Order: sequence, then C-alpha cells, then structure tokens
Amino acid sequence: MIPAAFEYHRPTDLQAALATLQEFGDEARVIAGGHSLVPMMKLRMATIGHLVDLRAIADLKGIRIDGAAVRIGAMVTQQELIADAALARAAPILRETALQIADPQVRAVGTIGGNVANGDPGNDMPALMQCLDASFSLVGPNGSRAVKAREFYEAAYVTAREDDEILVAIDFAAPGGGYAYEKQKRKIGDYATAAAAVTIRKDGTACSAASVAMTNLSDVPVWSKAAGDALVGSACGPADVGRAVAAALADIAPTADNRGPAEFKRHAAGVVIRRAIERAWSRA
Amino acid sequence: MAKMQLRLTVNGEAAELLVEPRELLVYVLRERLGLTGPHVGCDTSHCGACTVDMDGRSVKSCTVFAAQADGADVTTIEGLGAPGGLSVLQQAFREHHGLQCGFCTPGMITRAHRFLQENPNPSEEEVRFGMAGNLCRCTGYQNIVKAIMAAAAELNAVREAAE
Repeated sequence: MIPAAFEYHRPTDLQAALATLQEFGDEARVIAGGHSLVPMMKLRMATIGHLVDLRAIADLKGIRIDGAAVRIGAMVTQQELIADAALARAAPILRETALQIADPQVRAVGTIGGNVANGDPGNDMPALMQCLDASFSLVGPNGSRAVKAREFYEAAYVTAREDDEILVAIDFAAPGGGYAYEKQKRKIGDYATAAAAVTIRKDGTACSAASVAMTNLSDVPVWSKAAGDALVGSACGPADVGRAVAAALADIAPTADNRGPAEFKRHAAGVVIRRAIERAWSRA
Repeated sequence: MAKMQLRLTVNGEAAELLVEPRELLVYVLRERLGLTGPHVGCDTSHCGACTVDMDGRSVKSCTVFAAQADGADVTTIEGLGAPGGLSVLQQAFREHHGLQCGFCTPGMITRAHRFLQENPNPSEEEVRFGMAGNLCRCTGYQNIVKAIMAAAAELNAVREAAE
C-alpha cells in the first residue's frame, strides 16, 4: 500500500515547525512516531500534502521530574517511558500502561504525544491522562496554552488542539498511593475491548482520594467523577467497589464493532474496572 | 511532488538515492537496494516480517517513510550474518528448528538481535513478551523461544570468556 504523494519537512526547532503549519494551512500535518498516521495514509484514509516530522526538535524530548511535578515531552517514545527509572518511581502507572500498548517495535517508535493528541478512542494514554488530571501544553502562532486532559477530547479524532497548534509536553502531579491500568484486549498489539486506569490514596483504613478513567468505551476517553466519589471515604470493600463500578458504567457509551456488541463491552468494562480498583487499592 | 536525496547507512555502508518521500523504507531496502531480507507480510505493522534495526531500535519498516529514515543507520538481516558465516542467533534458529517456511525468520532474528541487547539474560516469558511484535504461522513459537534462549546463553558464555 502506497500513500498519496506529499512533501516532507523536518524542522529542527518548534518555531520552524509552526511556520510550516502556518504556510500550508490545512494541507499540513505533524507526524510524531507515525504508527497511527502512516497506516491511515497508506489506506488513503488520510491525505496530507505536507508532512511535518517532529523527530528533530530536541525541545520535544525528555522527561523531567521535580518533586511531584512530572513533565513529559511530546516526542518521548513509549519505550523511553518504560525505560525511565525515575518515572517508574514517581508514577509507575505510566510504565504499567505503556507496556500494554501495541508491541515492542511499535513502542520503540510510538510517542506519548501522538498517543494523546491523535484523538483515537482506542489509544490508552488519554484515559490515563484524564485519570491523572494531566494538562497538555499546546504551542501555536499566538503563544502557548494548557488544556486539561479532561477537557481535551471532543469526539473521535476531534480534540481541543487547533490545526496550527503543536502539543509540546504533558504535565501532571505524581498521584502517589495505589494504581492500576487494566486492559482487556483480544491479542497483543490490539486496542482495548475495555480498559481502566485507577489511582487510589489511602488514609488509615479508608480511601482518601480516587480517580477512575476508561479507554475505548465511548468515542472519547471517559473520566468518571462519580466512580471516584463512590470510593472516597469507604474501605473499598466489595459493596463499595460494586457501587463505583456501577457509577463508572453509567458514564460510558460503548458501541458495537469487531470487538463485540455493546453489551459485551459493558460486561468487559465492569470486569476491568473492578480489577483495576482492587489492584490499585491493594497497592495503596 | 519533489523527490528528495535520501542518505542513510545500511549494514554499515553509506547509501544515497533519489526517492519520493512517500516510499516506504521496506520497499527502498528491497527494491532499490536489493536487500530482500525484510519481508512485506501484513503491510499493516502487525506481523513484524519487515522488522529492521534503525538507530538502535527495532522498527517495522513497512510503517516508516523513506523520508523519515533520512540520516538513519539501518541494519537488516543481511547485515547480521551470511551463508557460511551465520550469526549466533541464525545458527541457533537452525539448530533448534526455529523456522519452518522461513517467511517470518528475517524479522524474527533481526528483532531477537536487538532484544538480546536490551535484555541479554531473559527469562522465557521475557522472550515471548519481547518478541510479541513478530508473528509466525508455522512453528507455534516454541522453537523460536528455545533458539533465542540458546543464543542468549551462548552469547553470554562468549562475553564471560572474554572478560
């Protein structure tokens, strides 16, 4: 499969990349690892006149951890996330999630920025970023702005990012406490049939904070405030977890596709949410 | 659309050729440079038959544009060994019957080559996880895993002897 022809640009700094986006308008698009975009171009589901490769922009690389504050450059690959020992200490849920994405070759190239900015409901990092209440740092011709992950996703492949903006970094506070990313998939490399990201903090014997978000169970990632609220103050016993699962399921809208009918996805969601909460609690 | 001058290193040798940016790396390797080790299997980045080493990482060359590989250092199965001079991994695949039809084998071995540098002393489970991006329709993987474990042991013995 050969995609339609395009012009290739490899700017070495952000200003040059933004200038190229300005110059070519909606004919231009940035490419990070390309493991979502290249297949779409090969299938000719995406036709792009000017491809702006972000790989040579050093400012988009790197993971910085300052106390609880974590900043991850958009062009950090999944493999680099997995290999970063300081990140694994500060926020081990990143590593646990990244290890469940695709396969080694795809993780070697695929980036966290592409994963969150593409807007594919099947991507795993968006729900995790909503769980962590992360912010996405966007830079455009009029300067930079931050958008909360919980406000970024509007519909499948439609996000708050303007066409002339580039996602440069992701910021979040390391959550502390227990965590889990639980994913049901048909095979290695597949997108989730259902997946859930959970963080839980414990104070004495009670849950003092909880956050629950889900992947591929709607046309956008879903953060369920009600599910977290159902756990706070409880001892996360079976009835409490049941209430949280019910609350989370009330917030999703799965649709039938080749991973199964909507009711099956609802069932799978219930299982992964429960498992994620129980595992996060056991680690809290 | 303009062609571009592509410069890359392939199996240690400099290559320079005129390409359209949209050409895929696997076709540049196979059809322009005559390196038919990387195979086109699924053409959708699932099967791993097109796996090559690019700048020290395993990549699926059916999902990399030629333009993206400009300046890269690429190794294919042809760069790892040759008839009469098989690499340790190639020899292990032969001894342990890690192939039947052979279609997936160049990608398997190229990936295993990188995997054993990432993890020189893997458990069987780690081999399976590290090789999860390569599909084989013949062997059932059992002998592929055995071959990689055997190669790891031999490479480690050679390393220890050298120290």
